[in-house]
Amino acid sequence: MTKTVSDVICPFCGTLCDDLEVVVSDDGKKILEVLNACAIGNEKFHHAGAEDRPKRPRMQQPDGSYKEVSYDDAVEYTAQMLAKAKKPLMYGWSSTNCEAQSIGHEVAELVGAVVDNTATVCHGSTLIALQDVGIPSCTLGEIKNRADRILYWGCNPAHAHPRHMSRYSIFPRGFFTGKGSQSRKLFVIDPRMSDTAKLADYHFQVEQGRDYELLQAFRTALKGEWLPDTVAGIPKERIYEGAEVLKSGRFGIIFFGMGVTQTRGKNHNIDAAISLTKDLNEYTKFNIMPMRGHYNVTGSGEVLGWQYGFPYCVDLSRGFARYNPGDSSSNDLLVRGEVDAVLTIASDPGAHFPISSVQKIWNLPSVAIDPHITPTTEVSKLHVPVAFVGIECGGNAYRMDNVPIDCRKVVDPPEGMLTDEEFLTRVLKRVKELKGVA
Amino acid sequence: MPKITLNLITGRTIQQGVAMEAGKNHPAYREACGIIELDKADFKRLGAWPNTNVRVNSAHGTVVVKAVPATQGPHPGIAFIPMGPWANRVINPYTYSTGTPTFKGTPIEVEPAQGEVVLDGIQVVYEVVRGGKK
Repeated sequence: MTKTVSDVICPFCGTLCDDLEVVVSDDGKKILEVLNACAIGNEKFHHAGAEDRPKRPRMQQPDGSYKEVSYDDAVEYTAQMLAKAKKPLMYGWSSTNCEAQSIGHEVAELVGAVVDNTATVCHGSTLIALQDVGIPSCTLGEIKNRADRILYWGCNPAHAHPRHMSRYSIFPRGFFTGKGSQSRKLFVIDPRMSDTAKLADYHFQVEQGRDYELLQAFRTALKGEWLPDTVAGIPKERIYEGAEVLKSGRFGIIFFGMGVTQTRGKNHNIDAAISLTKDLNEYTKFNIMPMRGHYNVTGSGEVLGWQYGFPYCVDLSRGFARYNPGDSSSNDLLVRGEVDAVLTIASDPGAHFPISSVQKIWNLPSVAIDPHITPTTEVSKLHVPVAFVGIECGGNAYRMDNVPIDCRKVVDPPEGMLTDEEFLTRVLKRVKELKGVA
Repeated sequence: MPKITLNLITGRTIQQGVAMEAGKNHPAYREACGIIELDKADFKRLGAWPNTNVRVNSAHGTVVVKAVPATQGPHPGIAFIPMGPWANRVINPYTYSTGTPTFKGTPIEVEPAQGEVVLDGIQVVYEVVRGGKK
């Protein structure tokens, strides 16, 4: 008899869907079917049972091949590497649970590491902006029940957060939004006619890299002030019209993504977007929320935040926490050659960092902790496969609106495989021995 | 051979997400991410058929990818490579003191690459880190 596990949390994106149902075999070892998940979430659950998944740590040999080693050897290598390094980089943390993050930070304190998460290539500029100007935000539940003006600025949830629109923003019928999509107006601001833009009531095809100008133009239009004939490729009449529609709503939300954080202007774009939100609050209730990518990148920011006061780029190498993006951020440190060992966990800088940074990881002593084979594991000296958090072990994660949700274990990990938390606990114990800490 | 200049942006696609979760060492990842989406007008300027391999050059590197018609167009003058190691061979790595590289808005030159192959997700990284290629 198969068994169905209900209310499963999807460990893929920041939407952190909590309504999945997973059918598992009667021995509880194999996932047979995944219901309610998007295509990406579905693939993630099924990949946990892949035949070619590595089950034991692998050490790279001089000829480029890999040799299987024991978890004991992997713990020893990792602890020695971190303890010997003057300034190691401990990067990632976004696809694991808060418990593992916390233990990792303890290791980082002992070895004087820089702790950075995937926000550094994603919503890092958002975090800088919200330290500058604050952030008026809300929960996804409030948006479902109240929002009648929805903006997706520089993000494409149809591809990146596939169930976001159906669960929280456009389509659901909420308490005050009983007609679903008919009771809402959707704005999409994107330089492409994206699949999200195809659903929009108002699509502003902004010139790429001119988001800052358009955001400020909306602020100007709200006040009824003068605008040039076109701003960022958009005729002024459309901007004035858009501003009026936004003002006339009862509850609005601006979701924004990489289109504004990774493009020219970066944190200044977000400053302008938050200021637009603030201005809209003169007329109605408006909120703003980053579309966080990894399912627990928000959690990493939270844990770092409450432990050190900063959400990413935390440099512990001087014995106290320093934060200075551009100086203590992973890519800058790697390109300038300022770190002498790299531990990556629950992320894939090999695929998602510029190649100049990946080259530096290849040249350094390095450990990659990840369930998959990825470009990162293949440029690191040691690959430590671990259990999938949210599938093979539980733990806490934070949704994009900072709501903590406990993930569920669905199946057992392969026999003898450690979780992130177990592996880091053993590394911590060994680092304490090496450093002479009781 | 004609060369055209474009503005490169990168980002997620659902095919990229699915292929990534299925394994970045598998051919499906190359099919999903080792591509460049070009507008119809840009294909004409390039003088190439859809689904031919092209070389993308920028001030930061070079990579061979397959040129495919834009799925979320029209966007003349803009090229799109899904996020991944192919895009990261050519994007602008400068962070301008924010920590975040400039993944969107890199000026690129595209030219047909007859006889050249699109490498898989691991080899496209190895070509640079092991092979010393730019």
